[in-house]
Amino acid sequence: MRKILFVETKLHLRDWPSMLFTIGLPVMLLLVLGLSIPALSKTGASGLRGVDAQLPAMMTLLSLLVLACSVVPAVLTSYREQGVLKRMSTTPVHPARLLVVQLLINLATGTIATAVLIVSARLVFGAAMPRHWGWFVLAFLLGTAALLAIGLVIAALAPNGKTAPGIGAVVMQPLMLLGGVWIPHEVMPDVLRRISDFSVAGPVTQAITDAWAGQAPQPLHLVVIVVGLVVFGGLAVRFFRWE
Amino acid sequence: MKIIEVRNLRKKYPNHLAVEDVSFEVAEGEIFGILGPNGAGKTTTVECVAGLRKADGGTVRVTGLDPHEDRDELRQVLGMQLQSAALPEKIKVWEALDLYASFYPDPADWTELMERVGLGDKRDTTFKKLSGGQRQRLSVALALIGRPRVAVLDELTTGLDPQARRDTWELVEQIRESGVTIVLVTHFMEEAERLCDRLALIDAGKVVATDTPAGLIAQVGGEQRVRFRPSAPVDDAVLLAVPEVREVRRSGEQVTVSGSGNLAPAVTLALAQHQIVPGDLRIEQATLDDAFLALTGRKLS
Repeated sequence: MRKILFVETKLHLRDWPSMLFTIGLPVMLLLVLGLSIPALSKTGASGLRGVDAQLPAMMTLLSLLVLACSVVPAVLTSYREQGVLKRMSTTPVHPARLLVVQLLINLATGTIATAVLIVSARLVFGAAMPRHWGWFVLAFLLGTAALLAIGLVIAALAPNGKTAPGIGAVVMQPLMLLGGVWIPHEVMPDVLRRISDFSVAGPVTQAITDAWAGQAPQPLHLVVIVVGLVVFGGLAVRFFRWE
Repeated sequence: MKIIEVRNLRKKYPNHLAVEDVSFEVAEGEIFGILGPNGAGKTTTVECVAGLRKADGGTVRVTGLDPHEDRDELRQVLGMQLQSAALPEKIKVWEALDLYASFYPDPADWTELMERVGLGDKRDTTFKKLSGGQRQRLSVALALIGRPRVAVLDELTTGLDPQARRDTWELVEQIRESGVTIVLVTHFMEEAERLCDRLALIDAGKVVATDTPAGLIAQVGGEQRVRFRPSAPVDDAVLLAVPEVREVRRSGEQVTVSGSGNLAPAVTLALAQHQIVPGDLRIEQATLDDAFLALTGRKLS
């Protein structure tokens, strides 16, 4: 298991364009948006600026969505299509190990991206560190798990490696909208905000934002994330094909 | 006890019956071929033997193990090279070998194995940059890395150029010399004839015949043809007088004699007695292709 983790990590690092996308892009957007939109640097009703919690949380979601909807389905469908999973099933080690390792690596990548976002926001905008670490870690881990489960479902249902990125993009765009990457949650129209509250992606952003700002996430958001994790995790287990 | 026993194997997919009734036995140390046209059920058969698919009927035993019940033990004794299974593009040859070695309790020394399959100088090359022949040799090495007693090689040389194909054949013979029993799936008659000790001809999910390559050819009567251009005119009667000759045909100057037994020496001897030299002499013997055609009424490829 440790060797699979080691080798897969090396392969992941060799795929530097995807690293650039998952870590570089969110950080770059954080800096560009934070520096170019004055409203984000104004203190809001909560006593915090947009760059303190909301913007970094939005960029965290962006990074996780790219991992879940683009990287995970691309890697897993290509492993299935090329017979990597099937070849492994001829050995005493079940290919499910490879799946677990892939999820761990993507969790680690998301963690690194988030850490870089925290540090960048602190250095460039003097933003506060997440104020409630316990809630922050919980919201991040549950949120990442739920989003990666969506990625697994995409990988399970995509007929082949060519269609996976397309399906991933179709899933990712509405989740970005509902997750508040384009419009912040509180300025969304009422209907959209209500949908957003049940969209998994929206609650992930909200829970992370709340924890960052030092509040406990809303119970509704945590419940939606956990339900998403269970439902999509179950679907992935039910429909995943090894060949 | 035979190392592999397959009895009345049956496997149905949702839309078609891939294997209807396949039985064969493989003795320890032999190269056993499974030969048949595309879609005959060869791959499904060996995937049931390797425990990758669950058979719908019949029994399979590999070293006495049931591939489905004894999944883990089976994978320690059987290594499989899959038809067209790749590796991640960016994995290096040594990394793949090292990784797969870690899957087994008592693996072979992968550096030695890498040399044996001729990839010693490709140690740090990524999978993407290997040629078709090199990929297949790596694939064979991965099938052997757990020190299996049986290696299943599925369509090993499909898509390779003739030189790479011959190199791969030599590798297969070397593996057998090291004591590993080999099940070779192929649709190349030439490959089966060259490598296999015994083989099963499979067509439409059934075994048509099981024998040595020579035995299978003999089963269809061993018809031979001898073609030549005689140095002087020769009468049909001279040739038809030879007991082995069945038929004489002419097209232009060329004479084609069909028959059986020791046809070529008998014909040349008869010609020599009339001071005639057979020019452009060519002997065509029946092949596995002919055997397959005779047994199934269809061409192999």
